[in-house]
Amino acid sequence: MNDAARAAEQAARASYGRLLAILASRTADIAAAEDALADAFAKALSCWPQDGIPNRPEAWLLTTARNRLTDHQRRAARLAPEDDMPEIATQPIADFPDERLKLMFVCAHPAIDRALHTPLMLQTVLGIEAAEIARCFVVSPTAMAQRLVRAKAKIKASGIAFRVPDAPDLPGRLAAVLEAVYGVYALDWLQGGETLSDEALYLAVLLSRLMPENPEPLGLAALIAFGQSRKTARIVDGMLVPVSEQDTALWDHDIINHAAHMLTRAEAMKGIGRFQIEAAIQAVHAHRATTGITDWAALAQLNEALVRLYPTLGALVARAVAIGRATTPEAGLALLEGFDSEKISDFQPFHAALAHFLAQTGQTAKARSSYETATKLCTEPEMRMWLLRQSAQL
Amino acid sequence: MRYTFLLYTNPADFADMTPEDWAKEKEVYGAYIGALQEAGVFIDTDWLHPADTATTVSLAGGTEMVQDGPFADTKETLGGFFTVDVPDLDAALAWAKKCPAAQYGKVEVRASAMDSA
Repeated sequence: MNDAARAAEQAARASYGRLLAILASRTADIAAAEDALADAFAKALSCWPQDGIPNRPEAWLLTTARNRLTDHQRRAARLAPEDDMPEIATQPIADFPDERLKLMFVCAHPAIDRALHTPLMLQTVLGIEAAEIARCFVVSPTAMAQRLVRAKAKIKASGIAFRVPDAPDLPGRLAAVLEAVYGVYALDWLQGGETLSDEALYLAVLLSRLMPENPEPLGLAALIAFGQSRKTARIVDGMLVPVSEQDTALWDHDIINHAAHMLTRAEAMKGIGRFQIEAAIQAVHAHRATTGITDWAALAQLNEALVRLYPTLGALVARAVAIGRATTPEAGLALLEGFDSEKISDFQPFHAALAHFLAQTGQTAKARSSYETATKLCTEPEMRMWLLRQSAQL
Repeated sequence: MRYTFLLYTNPADFADMTPEDWAKEKEVYGAYIGALQEAGVFIDTDWLHPADTATTVSLAGGTEMVQDGPFADTKETLGGFFTVDVPDLDAALAWAKKCPAAQYGKVEVRASAMDSA
């Protein structure tokens, strides 16, 4: 896609989400708002070539969609056509409040199935088709479409409000929104896809603009950008290369600078959070491009902070790896051997880390067996290839 | 918007309750009703005899059916309800979390379909 086409698409995408959020926030009826907006876009396609593009295309679309919505409501409420419905002026869209933040909180509401937070956000905020979302989630288009329809019906019927949650609920609710945005990125980081990781970054940056006083959206944007900077280095000849082994010449240093800048801005706001720490970990990896070495001691410290704030199995394994690589393989091995064997039995990163330290301490047979376990648990062919290579090199 | 909280509890949890326990339970619910009234959101409530005293009626399929017992045979049964009038689901959920039944059972929150078109 060329730059002009991309710019046009991004503009259309930005106004789609903005217009939909404005239309839906009034009635909480996302499905009706989508229909009205689709009608407005269809009308634009037939009218604009003849009548010319209006001065304020977005205001034109909004007015057309709103008229469409009020027609429906009028019919539903059995109002006479002459009953007055407020008409909007043809203002530029910048004059309308940006309701996308409210829409994002609705999409990630705790009353909505967690698994649908990300798909809902992709569809409503970015206007991505259900079939395309289904493809990303590897489910049937019909199933995804039905689940989205049901979720929107529930939002309307159960009265989920279009508003930013009050202060006491905000941290938990924002965490769900951030998680949903991160979910967009996690969907295709391996593919290094042109599409979804761009969308994830777009959403994270949007969120940080809509919540300028909160550092975590910016931390998430930085985290995603660091990931994007390594798109071309991550997979070489179909094999996944871990960040500490990647060829730094393949990294996009402009994106790295951009990510680092966002992280610095987030950290200046003084409100540490999970995504800022995760971004800081990626910043340490990125620093290898200048120093030539990975600062494992810094990574150990950051993973320690992450484990305290957001203890996941992944963070615990990453901490053990960082400590082991900062000190001695024996220390890393001792930490990993202290894990609850039941919890890690099917956690692939654990077995890969264990294999690495076993190999480093000369326990080749055990290392090979751990690589084998990791390979069996691995679902991505690119990562499996890396694990097989490691095992073969023992 | 009107919401009804359906209170599901396991009758076995109440089997060993003494009269003092019941008095305490009534007090807890009284306080909850008081809080709802004070907030101006209270519409209605009732608490029901156990599900094994239920009679289920149906005319579905064209034949009249009157049957001893509840519609669904589950461990946790519908024991009562509250109807409140609050602005949105978040407000309803906040009240439902304060419902005594939520502390030991489950509270299902449903919006009224009467006022939706």
